[in-house]
Amino acid sequence: MKYLKDLTVKAVEHPHKKYVLLKLTDHEPLPEMAPGQFVEVKVEGSERTFLRRPISINYVDRENNELWLLIQTVGDGTRKLATLKEGDKLNLLFPLGNGFSDVGKEGEEVLLIGGGVGVAPLLEYGKWLKERGAKPTFLLGARSKADLLELELFRQFGEVFITTEDGSEGEKGFVTQHSVLSNRSFDRISVCGPKPMMVAVAKYAKKNNVKCEVSLENMMACGLGACLCCVEKTVKGNVCVCKEGPVFDVNLLSWDI
Amino acid sequence: MADIRTNIAGLAMKNPVMTASGTFGYGMEFADVVNLEEIGGIIVKGTTLHPREGNDYPRMAETASGMLNCVGLQNKGVDYFCQNIYPEIKDLKTNVIVNVSGSSPEDYAECARRIDELENILAIELNISCPNVKQGGMAFGVTCEGARTVVEAVRKAYHKTLIVKLSPNVTSIADIAKAVEDAGADAVSLINTLMGMAIDIERRRPKLSISTGGLSGPAVKPVAVRCVWQVAKAVKIPVVGLGGIMNAEDAIEFLMAGASAIEIGTANFIDPSVSEKVAQGVNDWLDKHGCKSVKEIIGVI
Repeated sequence: MKYLKDLTVKAVEHPHKKYVLLKLTDHEPLPEMAPGQFVEVKVEGSERTFLRRPISINYVDRENNELWLLIQTVGDGTRKLATLKEGDKLNLLFPLGNGFSDVGKEGEEVLLIGGGVGVAPLLEYGKWLKERGAKPTFLLGARSKADLLELELFRQFGEVFITTEDGSEGEKGFVTQHSVLSNRSFDRISVCGPKPMMVAVAKYAKKNNVKCEVSLENMMACGLGACLCCVEKTVKGNVCVCKEGPVFDVNLLSWDI
Repeated sequence: MADIRTNIAGLAMKNPVMTASGTFGYGMEFADVVNLEEIGGIIVKGTTLHPREGNDYPRMAETASGMLNCVGLQNKGVDYFCQNIYPEIKDLKTNVIVNVSGSSPEDYAECARRIDELENILAIELNISCPNVKQGGMAFGVTCEGARTVVEAVRKAYHKTLIVKLSPNVTSIADIAKAVEDAGADAVSLINTLMGMAIDIERRRPKLSISTGGLSGPAVKPVAVRCVWQVAKAVKIPVVGLGGIMNAEDAIEFLMAGASAIEIGTANFIDPSVSEKVAQGVNDWLDKHGCKSVKEIIGVI
């Protein structure tokens, strides 16, 4: 079931100059949402923002009835979202898309790889995996130490490995160069981040014969599978990332890996 | 409560609000957030005789008060529609209209003939105005002769209400409308998107995969209102107006310009429940202005 609702901004945090964390709530319990799903946010008061903005679900705090959106401020629309204040309303169409296909089973070793704002959906996914007895391990990449977000929260759910491009935290380099990939083996991998990073991880997974899911962020309009703008080439032809994804098994994609 | 019923060449509608092709899927996609039966009609995604993969990504670019798209009529073909989608939507208590496209008059006619056999589809909208396909599409809709050829071919194959969707990318849209009327169309709908382009200056390349696309949204509304007004003066058949309608006030502008019904397109992406709200809003506006029927304002300009 999808909903079109005005949620209330309960808290606004600025963990970084280029990110805002919105904690939203409602007067009734928030609907069912699966890890990897996303919301379409209506941006008010930004002349240059016409369409809704798709934002992944960062975390659902059931105890406090909160939905968290971790947003990178990249354009006028997201910068406007960063100016929201406690008590403001935000119109959401949600939850959308298919999340991660497998929410975990007892003892399963799952590697979650995130880069940049792509770490956002992995927090909620890590929570689900841990709740179901699986063992999530996080491998998070960023430009430098200051760009790493929500580390303490990730550590609640599993071991966290880090790479930074400048070596200011964790191992220096890209996620695909991290030693954990050669030292440890995992039952499967899920990845969300810039496309070159996801392609590199997909290549690693293919070479090592590990199941790999990627979360795509193609530009979209409707979020409901109606406008056919956000398509990705797959073995089934062009499919909508908003409806059939955003999470796909890499073997279904026509990527050159 | 004003009487907001309208009709398009005998096709009865509970209100003048329809959803435009390509912006509302097959209706089902929106069922969680809008009451489909409160809409006057749903015009489903452009359907062709054979399946089409459409154009490559990227297919969309946001622009000032609107968007460009170059989807390119991606659809699974008319047989898939008849077998798999029609059974899902045929019992909806609203008009389900199929948008038909093609690359030759024969393709258009054959596609229309197959839809003619579907009992609960009482009308088609013939798309001779898609700017995003290489063959057919808009090529037929930009000359009187091309438009006439396609409409005549389809008229022979299709026996229910035939609405022809016109392109604004022409010198005189009224002349095309007259040609289509002569060829046997029961109604015209307008406007399809305006051909446009946007460039990513950092990458020095077009934002869309095929360079150009169709502009829609409030940016095109004044052009659309002008086209509807000109066409409504030029033809005797009913006119369906669309182009950038975001709310009930916009819809009333089109009705006053001469449209018997309207379609909502791009606005569905901003507010997926907008069609139901506009239907209610037209009623409220009429009540507030002491109009007993929507017919009192159609074509008053």
